[in-house]
Amino acid sequence: MTTVEERSTMPQERESNPAANAADRPIGYGRIQRKEDPRFVRGKGRYLDDIVLPGMLHGAILRSPMAHARLVSIDTTEALAHPKVHAVITGKDLEGLNLAWAPTLSADTMAVLATDKVRFQGQEVAFVVAEDRYSARDALELIDVEYEELPVVIDARRALEPGTAVIRDDKEGKTDNHIFDWEAGDKAETDAVFARAAVVVSEEVVYPRVHPAPMETCGAIADYDPIDGKLTLYETTQAPHAHRTLYAMVAGIPEHKIRIIAGDIGGGFGNKVGIYPGYVCAVVGSIVTGKPVKWVEDRSENLMSTSFARDYIMKGEVAATKDGKILAVRTHVLADHGAFNATAQPTKYPAGFFSIFTGSYDLEAAHCSVTGVYTNKAPGGVAYACSFRVTEAVYLVERMVDVLAQKLEMDPAELRLKNFIRPEQFPYKNKTGWEYDSGDYEPALRMCMEQIGYADLRREQEEKRARGELMGIGVSFFTETVGAGPRKHMDIVGLGMADGAEVRVHPTGKAVVRLSVQTQGQGHETTFAQIVAEELGIPPEDIEVVHGDTDQTPFGLGTYGSRSTPVSGGAVALAARKVRDKAKAIAAAMLETRPEDLDWEKGRFFVKGDPSAAKTIQEVALGAHGTVALPDGIDGNLDAEVTYDPPNLTFPFGAYICVVDIDPGTGKVKVRRFVAVDDCGTRINPMIVEGQIHGGLADGVGMALMEFIGFDEQGNCLGGSFMDYLIPTAMEVPDWETGYTVTPSPHHPIGAKGIGESATVGSPPAVVNAVVDALAPFGVTHMDMPCTPARVWEAMQGRPTPPI
Amino acid sequence: MQVTMTVNGTEVTRDVEPRLLLVHFLRDTLRLTGTHWGCDTSNCGTCVVLVDGEPVKSCTALAAMTDGHDVRTVEGMARNGTLDPVQQGFMEEHGLQCGFCTPGMMLTARALLDRNPDPDEGEIREAISGQICRCTGYATIVRSVQWAAAHPAAATTEQEVTT
Ligand code: FES
Ligand code: FES
Repeated sequence: MTTVEERSTMPQERESNPAANAADRPIGYGRIQRKEDPRFVRGKGRYLDDIVLPGMLHGAILRSPMAHARLVSIDTTEALAHPKVHAVITGKDLEGLNLAWAPTLSADTMAVLATDKVRFQGQEVAFVVAEDRYSARDALELIDVEYEELPVVIDARRALEPGTAVIRDDKEGKTDNHIFDWEAGDKAETDAVFARAAVVVSEEVVYPRVHPAPMETCGAIADYDPIDGKLTLYETTQAPHAHRTLYAMVAGIPEHKIRIIAGDIGGGFGNKVGIYPGYVCAVVGSIVTGKPVKWVEDRSENLMSTSFARDYIMKGEVAATKDGKILAVRTHVLADHGAFNATAQPTKYPAGFFSIFTGSYDLEAAHCSVTGVYTNKAPGGVAYACSFRVTEAVYLVERMVDVLAQKLEMDPAELRLKNFIRPEQFPYKNKTGWEYDSGDYEPALRMCMEQIGYADLRREQEEKRARGELMGIGVSFFTETVGAGPRKHMDIVGLGMADGAEVRVHPTGKAVVRLSVQTQGQGHETTFAQIVAEELGIPPEDIEVVHGDTDQTPFGLGTYGSRSTPVSGGAVALAARKVRDKAKAIAAAMLETRPEDLDWEKGRFFVKGDPSAAKTIQEVALGAHGTVALPDGIDGNLDAEVTYDPPNLTFPFGAYICVVDIDPGTGKVKVRRFVAVDDCGTRINPMIVEGQIHGGLADGVGMALMEFIGFDEQGNCLGGSFMDYLIPTAMEVPDWETGYTVTPSPHHPIGAKGIGESATVGSPPAVVNAVVDALAPFGVTHMDMPCTPARVWEAMQGRPTPPI
Repeated sequence: MQVTMTVNGTEVTRDVEPRLLLVHFLRDTLRLTGTHWGCDTSNCGTCVVLVDGEPVKSCTALAAMTDGHDVRTVEGMARNGTLDPVQQGFMEEHGLQCGFCTPGMMLTARALLDRNPDPDEGEIREAISGQICRCTGYATIVRSVQWAAAHPAAATTEQEVTT
């Protein structure tokens, strides 16, 4: 069932904030202040680099200045002679420990420290351990490395040409730069539809390489205790449990002797999913020196060597009738994975969930194929709130629908309305095998059009065009697939994508919930307390949320792909319901009645027909731990644990409209307005939901207009600092306007679909569609991101060029 | 070399390397870790502190340069247990998510409000334009500062207490 609620964004009209009056505070869902904020606003967050352990040493990494070169020699003599240096570790040393190479999350290998060659600029070559961070960096200057340059492969389009340098000659028998071919959908059926279609449009659409660039860079502190053989590893990680298992598998330290602690994380966005060489080096450094070793990368290291995102070159095609019924989509993608295939994604999905490129439309056929290649660039690819490549998929289909609208001279919003999957078609099975759980698309788009004043804007645009002014209106409608995922289909390095949660109610009725997922700013301490509060009627402030410590929390795969609420939220709700069932049996014993004679209203059980005969959840908690004679089969606590294996993914959706003005003299794009109507199913804390959307919208404007990791022909990274990798400030983004509809997920315990990445996924096409719409008078049908002034200017001259 | 400065109202004297950055002096020497570090190029502003009441990127100043000056960090915003209205505003209006940019944003906001108690949206955006937030998309930061501007009471109380 869908409910549509109008929502204004005027500050005075926003959902009231009842925090001032504790009695009004919702026990359960609703807007409440975040439980984590009091420490953050006092500067009392505990981020990785804030931690100092007794006797701690500092690590620094020497990185390759070359993109592709043979390592001839490394001389560490002078560095070792530095009075404050305790150790210098090279690839040779790691070879002795069988750690020079490590498995990636995509069944490939990656170098921890280079042994034979360097394969991208910024690759890790040596690790120095010294007494303080300045000395460690000083010592890097004292290491002498001799390189022998090799030809560089930067353009993915040329990576498979015969005669091209082979990047991965470490792999036995490897004679080219090919990684994988993958496809989804029915090719023959799709080709047949294209062959008979009256209208076919096609474009090469590039989603350039970008970077999540969380404000806190990545780092680790390794503390190995040689006496009991225990490794305590503080890490900036989004997936502490998965890391623990991987370290056990790779480093041979038994899993019960590894404890991963992730404190406060200063943003992740997918950048903090994988295991980086620096982490492994810190561990080795601690083992070698017998002291804790901290390693924190600087910003250039973050941008040049850690998980980038996208880098997809997509040939997009749409087949339609003359009156705008979309029949089929097809695409071939060239996926640039960099020097090591290290993308973090479910094993059976080498292109992530890209096959949801059928979008929000009811089609007759669809087919996609993806070819992955190696290049001399940093590894990664699945990051930056991409929902396992749904970002690329949504961008492609939403850009192509606009290309079609332009060709047919149809309004892009009308074209979308005409092709939406209809509400009665859900659950909807698309042509590439996804089963969309629920959706009601038209009301969301209509609400968005209404809120922005679509018809008036089109009139304004017409007038402006007549005067030679450049104004564009961009529409985007996305369907996400998140909450990975059912373990029968989805695993990462063999670990099923489930998450555990444990709820305990203490004797006095306060509770603790332990999570396997890891917040990086999303507000888990608040949201998960609210889920328990909703189920048990215990106020959120009485519920402690424990996460980020593998010794204290149940196993699970962590936070990425918008999976915390869909997966872990399911686990928490079900664990709380188990507690409630148990509480009911105990309450019945306390009230000397049968459980089936009790009713539940949030926070208390009462005898049917006699509301005064009641026990609150707090009284039951005391009874459970007290002297009440317990019913058979019930033990004396209010604890429960659940590992939630989701039956399907969830499919949040939304309608976005962006208005831009372009300076015809300079090509500078100004985002004037942006309205986002999102549907993430049940909204647990609307303030947090809206915050997640805002952040993603800024990402979208950033990618569409500014953000880009480029390379020159020698393989030098051109986006290696915030001077070159441009992130929007408060000046580049508008005051976001939001609205929402609520279409709960039918298969999820609380109907929640997840919201963390919706806006990052859905907003780039809205901005680019607006830019192209503004440039339509110049005959522009497509231009690639980033729409910088120079590139927009080129497009106006009839020369829109791909960025790579 | 020896440096002496006032940090959050207390005079401190320490021996430091001449090259020591102010951000590392605050974080590593004084253990005031609310001041963060996020880039190598003076672009992100997670390191902003107030020096003599003006926002300064502490990654781009040497500890030696603040010798004899007055430094205020996020740890010095609340006084006598009363939060600065800016801190309160950030909690009320969801002006933070991961919290990494937050100390710098709040100190810049404090400096703005000291100069201009009733800034409009454009003035707030301009004031924080040298700082990056990767989480919030800025609108809630703007609202947080507006909340603080509309609720100056706590600040007044503090000034009364401290003078
Ligand atoms: S650390 Fe980025 S501006 Fe100071
Ligand atoms: S709250 Fe995370 S960077 Fe601003």
